[in-house]
Amino acid sequence: MTTSPLLEFTDLTKRFGGVTALDAFSMHLDRGEILGLIGPNGSGKTTSFNLLTGIYPATAGTIRFDGQEITNASPRQVYEAGIVRTFQRSRLCLELSIYDNIMIGDTSRLSQGLWANLVKRNSFRAEFDASFQKARDLVATFSGHLADRMFEPVGTLPMIERRRIEICRALVSAPRLLLLDEPSAGMTHDETDQLMRDILDVRARGNGLSIIIVEHEMGVIERITDRCVVLSYGRKIADGTYAEVASDAEVQNAYLGVD
Amino acid sequence: MTDIVMSPPVRRAGWIPGIATVAAVALYGWAILSAEEDWQVLGLLALAVIATVIGMVSGFGRSVQASWAAHESKLNGAALIGIVAVIAALSTQHFPLLMLSTMLLYFTASLGMNIQFGYTGMVNFAGAAFFGAGAYTAAVMGNVAWFPPLLTLVLGGVVSMALSLVLVFPIVRTTGHYAAVVTIAFGVLFKTFLEVNEILGGPQGLMVSSMRLLGWDFMDSPQIGGMKLSFYVNYALLCTALAALVFIAVRRLERSWLGLHMDAVRLDETAAACFGISVKKTKILAFLSGNMILGIAGALYGMMISFIAPSSFTFSDSLLMVSMVLLGGMGSPWGGALAAAIVILLPEKLQFLQEYRFLLFSVLVILVLLFRPDGLLPRQIRNYFPGARSRQ
Ligand SMILES: Nc1ncnc2c1ncn2[C@@H]1O[C@H](COP(=O)(O)OP(=O)(O)OP(=O)(O)O)[C@@H](O)[C@H]1O
Ligand SMILES: [Mg+2]
Repeated sequence: MTTSPLLEFTDLTKRFGGVTALDAFSMHLDRGEILGLIGPNGSGKTTSFNLLTGIYPATAGTIRFDGQEITNASPRQVYEAGIVRTFQRSRLCLELSIYDNIMIGDTSRLSQGLWANLVKRNSFRAEFDASFQKARDLVATFSGHLADRMFEPVGTLPMIERRRIEICRALVSAPRLLLLDEPSAGMTHDETDQLMRDILDVRARGNGLSIIIVEHEMGVIERITDRCVVLSYGRKIADGTYAEVASDAEVQNAYLGVD
Repeated sequence: MTDIVMSPPVRRAGWIPGIATVAAVALYGWAILSAEEDWQVLGLLALAVIATVIGMVSGFGRSVQASWAAHESKLNGAALIGIVAVIAALSTQHFPLLMLSTMLLYFTASLGMNIQFGYTGMVNFAGAAFFGAGAYTAAVMGNVAWFPPLLTLVLGGVVSMALSLVLVFPIVRTTGHYAAVVTIAFGVLFKTFLEVNEILGGPQGLMVSSMRLLGWDFMDSPQIGGMKLSFYVNYALLCTALAALVFIAVRRLERSWLGLHMDAVRLDETAAACFGISVKKTKILAFLSGNMILGIAGALYGMMISFIAPSSFTFSDSLLMVSMVLLGGMGSPWGGALAAAIVILLPEKLQFLQEYRFLLFSVLVILVLLFRPDGLLPRQIRNYFPGARSRQ
């Protein structure tokens, strides 16, 4: 195993017109690490996810993943490299079933041909059965009571269930890096705790999933992260364990300055 | 996985409500197709409205749905038999058979439009142009004696698909309204091109040779036990076969990963791309396969009506095709069948409405969008293997 970091930003910069959303942001993520990405509203957390997943091109700087440069790669290439995400504002397909939504996270790795999909229905069936089991196991972990309701439309579920389904969709492809953008928004304290435990459960079953989590709930960050990076106005102002960054004067200032 | 309670065995719905519906619809279809007086037609329409209301209020509609979900392939087979029975019952009457065949071809066309619009969310306002491309292919190939007419149908689809290649790049690159405008422009260009092109008959149009299959000319009337049937029986049966084939293909497409990709692209392109789904490839597949279906249906339509002109493939006809998808329900194959029936039958049967047909459809579409936004027969949630759900 190499010792190089799994992910590395170097002077990553993004400008939207006159707004500098990210300003020469450099950081790294080690293999298997859980990193908290925190900062006040508008500090550039979501923007760094959007650059990393290829939704926006970077204005300057580079992104390296597992030794490969992936700056400005397409969302598809990023996914194929093993990076998946959830969205701050849930982006599920509300009229599709739970199963369909989760499968969106995995089908691009299954048969793509017209022949395989339309004519060879027996082998398609085998793919379907295997993936159904996988999706159902995930749902059973995150929302046991939904495991027997896989063919219900997601639109009928309450918001917090949708957030869980979105995490299942991200995890179904057994990714190497999971990006969580405020996964617990709208959840109670206990629900958040449970969600985090479930994520760690899935992580423990797999092979060293790394996680970057954006979260306003500091209790969560404290409990689950190995390290934290703090952004303010697009610049990194602190990098260290939760205890270190929490006691940092500039960090306290940044948070107090906003609130 | 240990805390999952297996769901209690659900009693499967019976097949009787489904079969009863098929029989009733077939009987109704026969009645309205052979009705001649305005009062008969109006009476039958009133009956349909009353039956629909009763069906919805009494919950019979839901049991039909459940029945269909549990016994889908059998009931689809029954529907096929139902259509053939209606053809048999009308077998000596030219005009009703022509109408039924036209309905079946529009139904087929609606299936193609559904792939584009209903599943993938790409509005195609040039449906009539791609349908027409197939018909003109049939007209031209009719002069090539050695070319088997059955292959002409396929060729009609291929030509229509080749024409859509012209549009693929602007359509895949632009989104939303721009893509729609591109198709409008294409539809208008296509018609103008036909009008000025002397080889293709100009505004007067072209004759189309009839279908021939295994040495059998479709212009010949079949004789059964000394009874001379309408030659349209040939076409009605072939249209049924085509519609059934396309129906099966589109159903399977919907119930595959490719169909799921189409939904994902329609509902959220960005999220789809973030999970490795190729938005471009999905759109190209939808656009080309949809237009291929339109072209095939158009080729058979040309052979059946035996004379085509640019005025048969106008922008209003394209609008009619889009409105079929809206009326029936986005992504609902059976909805397309119902909409095709309405779109073809109403103006033909109620001649006094002929002049107002577009007004009529506009009102109908607006009413449906207002009161039943998911269409007359809304699409059901995707069930990959109906009747045989993954062990539960
Ligand atoms: N697409 C965009 N166009 C223009 N400006 C944008 C865009 N996306 C983000 N911004 C701006 O970039 C800055 C950083 O936004 P970002 O969404 O990354 O913040 P955030 O840290 O995720 O905040 P929050 O905690 O509120 O989610 C903000 O000033 C925002 O207005
Ligand atoms: Mg954000």
